Amino acid sequence: MSVDAHREAASGGLWSRMSLGRKQVIWAWGFLAVPLLFYAVIRFWPTFQAFYLSATDWSLMRPAAFVGLENYKRLFADPLFWQVFRNTFMYLILGTPISLLISFVVAYYLDRVRFMHSFIRALYFLPFLTTAAAMAWVWRWFYQPVPIGVINDILSSFGIPQQPFLRSTSQALPAVLAPAVWAGLGFQIIIFLAGLRAIPVTYYEAARIDGLSEGAILRRITIPLLKPTLVFLVVFSSIGFLRIFDQVYNINTNDPGGPLNSTKPLVLMIYQTAFSSYEMGYAAAQTVVLFLILLVISLVQLRLMRDR
Amino acid sequence: MRFRHLLASVAISFATLAASGAKAVEIEYWQYVFDTRVKAMNQLIAKFQEANPDIKVKQTTFPYADYQTKVAAAILAGQGPDVVQLFYGWTDNFIAGKMIRPLRAEAFPAADIERDFFPIVSAMKRGNDYYGLPTAVRSLALFYNKKAFKDAGLDPNNPPKTLDELVAAAEKTTKRDGSGNIVSAGITLDMAGQDHHWWREVLVRQFDGAPYTNDDTKVAYNDEAGLKALTFYTDLQKKHKVGQVGFMDEGQAAFRAGLAAMTIDGTFRLGSFNTIKGFEWGVTELPANAEGVRSNYASYFANAITTKAEGEKLAAAEKFLAYVSSPEAMKIWLEVVGELPARRTAALTPENIGHPVYGPFLKGLEYAHTTQFKDEAAQRQAAMDMVNRVLIQGEEPKASLAKAAEDEQAIIDRAKR
Repeated sequence: MSVDAHREAASGGLWSRMSLGRKQVIWAWGFLAVPLLFYAVIRFWPTFQAFYLSATDWSLMRPAAFVGLENYKRLFADPLFWQVFRNTFMYLILGTPISLLISFVVAYYLDRVRFMHSFIRALYFLPFLTTAAAMAWVWRWFYQPVPIGVINDILSSFGIPQQPFLRSTSQALPAVLAPAVWAGLGFQIIIFLAGLRAIPVTYYEAARIDGLSEGAILRRITIPLLKPTLVFLVVFSSIGFLRIFDQVYNINTNDPGGPLNSTKPLVLMIYQTAFSSYEMGYAAAQTVVLFLILLVISLVQLRLMRDR
Repeated sequence: MRFRHLLASVAISFATLAASGAKAVEIEYWQYVFDTRVKAMNQLIAKFQEANPDIKVKQTTFPYADYQTKVAAAILAGQGPDVVQLFYGWTDNFIAGKMIRPLRAEAFPAADIERDFFPIVSAMKRGNDYYGLPTAVRSLALFYNKKAFKDAGLDPNNPPKTLDELVAAAEKTTKRDGSGNIVSAGITLDMAGQDHHWWREVLVRQFDGAPYTNDDTKVAYNDEAGLKALTFYTDLQKKHKVGQVGFMDEGQAAFRAGLAAMTIDGTFRLGSFNTIKGFEWGVTELPANAEGVRSNYASYFANAITTKAEGEKLAAAEKFLAYVSSPEAMKIWLEVVGELPARRTAALTPENIGHPVYGPFLKGLEYAHTTQFKDEAAQRQAAMDMVNRVLIQGEEPKASLAKAAEDEQAIIDRAKR
């Protein structure tokens, strides 16, 4: 007992002898340790393990054997991989500019609307709150042929031939992309609105006094000052489109990524390789490739859009 | 509903715990969640425990989507079930992973199995060993909408018996709008559903071919028969225009909604179709070809004993497996789940054969085949893509067939390694 008391006094002594700054550092690290540990164990460790797995032929049922770069060789020789690679970039190349353009235009005009401003904003934000799976199912029915597909019903009532949409290799990808763009709009509009509000009003007043046209104000003041917002949204939505999955999977659950793989993104290929064919090693190799693509794209975008 | 099951099973396990005392051997049984299957198994467990007071069976269930992953992860970690339910097509994987053990010949003699069960049970045999036994099996049949038949001037009690009659009935029952769009299909075309089985094990054989050779390790349909079978199937949409892939999203949905006069589906769809209120439907055997040749595809979930079961648990697991594959268990399974008994004597009773719904499915079992899938999802995808290339991209059936054969052979070869 006396030993315990002594030890307590000693540790208390050590603590009380520390400077305030050092105590703050210890406290800070104490709190930081929890998320750091979490990230290390739950995120980083499995990430590194994926690199190792990608060099094995582990198949869940069978023990793993080291195969070197065999998985990567198979991947780069697989025509499906290249098609999926193209699809993934189609989602990015179509999705990011279209969604940013629409959300900027909406935000730009919504910013000037006073009448029911919050209500309209809430309406735009609503799809973002909806579960992607539920939304994909609703759109899946929109795209059906007559007699149940709403879009085709409208087309044929105007005498326009019905479109195959999800049953076509050329129309399916844009058809899957549309709800994904629509769902992300709300979030992007809110961020754009915040960016627009952050621009000091005095700049606009000065420009108007100098007689600048609205177009010139948009080009010279609004867009340059929105650059940080834009960088954030471009990176954010690019990553989102590069790892698109739930919309694609749910809009065509009978033939995920179909027809004929025309809508299959890389993430869906990874999922099917891992959890349908149980080729974990091969799936890990695909994951590593996706990781590298995401890394390179993010770095390039940050570099391009950095202030000069 | 599910909560009530939970309560029931908890009550049952408490009752047996009290009755059997501390000496009982406890074994675990795993299957995937499906309301009626869980209910049937609870009844079987209760009866089994009554007869074997020294054994306690604990049932654990998982959603189907992660069932296989969880079973594999648990057994490899030395946990998990003593008796496990598995799809016959997973057997190779489960054996390769050393997850299930061969049934001891003393407890389950092969000669008895082959005498008593339908021949499709051979899909559980590797070498001289059986690795599991089914309680129930499923086969395919042609469902038809009696109201649609009557409206089209066809006899609702005389469904098509041959492929030619099938096409003729489909042509009569198809309804189109002014621009020629189908608004009600004659027959559903849904390769993602059961049609890939119909094509592979039925149509290919009816056109004098064989889908595979060498124990289903060599794709053999890339020939004249396969081409005829594929052309027959794709012509339903291209030439006869009596169906459309993707119409109403899924074949079963179209039939349920009364917007398709015929669909090919399995016993497992009975539960869903039994709730149809809008029209009366009938079931008939899959149509024969002109020479009268019939075929069918049968599949099943089997129960197997895992490598985890040892000593007294192994003995208890064997007793339990014997009980759930007994005629009595099959009768309960048929009543509760609606799946057909796997033993001939339990299945082919005069009452079952004369049954308007079970009858056609049972007749199908006599000449049914089971495909030894290596990777069912991937092999199904190969068949779907084959049809899509013809119907969407306008590719020649011959070229598409050759590509499908090549793709599927690659899938099989990779799984064999």
